[in-house]
Amino acid sequence: MIAVLDYGIGNLRSAEKALVHLGVDARLVTSERQARGATGIVLPGVGAFGACIRALRSSGLERVAMNALAEGTPFLGVCVGLQMLYEASDEEPGERGLGVLEGRVRSLPSGVKRPQMQWNVLLRSERSRSRLLEGLGDASWVYFVHSYAPEMTDDVVATCEYGGVVVAAVERDSLWGTQFHPEKSGATGLAILRNFTRQCA
Amino acid sequence: MRAVRVIPCLDVDSGRVVKGVQFGDLRDAGDPVELAHRYDAEGADEVVFLDITASSEGRATMVDVVRRAAEQVFIPLTVGGGVRTLDDAIKLLRAGADKVAVNTAAVQDPLLVSRIAEALGSQCVVVAIDARVSVPRGNEESPEGAAAVRGVNHEQVPGAPPERWEVFTHGGRFPAGIDACEWALRCQELGAGELLVTSMDRDGTKDGFDVALTRAITSTCSVPVVASGGAGELQHLVDVALLGGADAVLAASIFHYEEHSIAEAKRYLASRGVSVRPPNP
Repeated sequence: MIAVLDYGIGNLRSAEKALVHLGVDARLVTSERQARGATGIVLPGVGAFGACIRALRSSGLERVAMNALAEGTPFLGVCVGLQMLYEASDEEPGERGLGVLEGRVRSLPSGVKRPQMQWNVLLRSERSRSRLLEGLGDASWVYFVHSYAPEMTDDVVATCEYGGVVVAAVERDSLWGTQFHPEKSGATGLAILRNFTRQCA
Repeated sequence: MRAVRVIPCLDVDSGRVVKGVQFGDLRDAGDPVELAHRYDAEGADEVVFLDITASSEGRATMVDVVRRAAEQVFIPLTVGGGVRTLDDAIKLLRAGADKVAVNTAAVQDPLLVSRIAEALGSQCVVVAIDARVSVPRGNEESPEGAAAVRGVNHEQVPGAPPERWEVFTHGGRFPAGIDACEWALRCQELGAGELLVTSMDRDGTKDGFDVALTRAITSTCSVPVVASGGAGELQHLVDVALLGGADAVLAASIFHYEEHSIAEAKRYLASRGVSVRPPNP
């Protein structure tokens, strides 16, 4: 079972529905008890960084996320769900992130429209052999909606070009994160989610 | 890179897609979920469902349509029409919509935009603006004024006062007495993540988008702008993207009646120098 953490923010059904569409037993979970036995965790997130992290904490699901990360359970953070894994965000400097990944979340470059609300091409880091992005074609387009993105670190496996280099996907051991929305990225997004579910077997 | 989105819009009445001509004369054009699925397969970047149902039973149908669509369609889904309260927005997002578009209710209560943005995030709040060329008082009988009212003349006449547009509500029935550019900026300040700007002079005419209106909004606001109303041929999409600065182009009838496929539209845009996500092979 893949647990999609439901801490009461926005449209979290999309991730669950996309996984169910792939034939996976995916469930929205609102408590630690419901998440028990999960072979994979998805942490979605839309809206503001501060609102998401506070909702995650008050729901009690922060502990589910932290335990899964500590135990090496396959974990996928999506959009603000990825951003929350960092130490902090410029969007709300006073609020601390989960700090699982080093670095900060930064505002998108100036001179471009914010939010980036569009499809963009994934640019793969040359050295990366990402399990999440395995089997994708050369020009893979995915859907982004965001005004902030993590800064460049060694964990980055794909970027996109939007007024500069913008982080699109990260990977570290059994932790994956996408700044874009795979559940809203058509066939390409479903292929990415399928790669994740293979890690959860 | 910046890539212009191509968005088919489905007007939904009691669970069926219809296409009107200038907000009237409705024709049946199919099942919304089936059409959305087909557009996704063709490479649509997003789908908009616009609920034009009058009855409250019909509104419940819409939530069901959204729920069914979200099980099969894995591209962004925007739902508008009849969103009056934060609760309406929550219900649609919970059913599987990614964005909600507010129109009349936002004009009547602008803070609704902030309430939705604060509760659910700016990324899911679209303000739909229906605008019509406004003719300065006393000019109704002049050739330019009459042409502007018909939506024929969208070129700026040298020496003429700058063109202005007025916001209309209730599906285009009532003038709101607000300037469209001022309203667009206000919506952005209130937390709108996107603006869907429809020219009512052009809607359903197939004469092309009101490029000047789109340009006026895109040069005033920094959030993405979706241009709507008037698409009749593929060159119109190019014009509003290149000359109007639209971030996305929305069309209904040219796609519904299979005059052009989404794939054709995208290939045409690309051939004219507009970057788009390529259609599915």
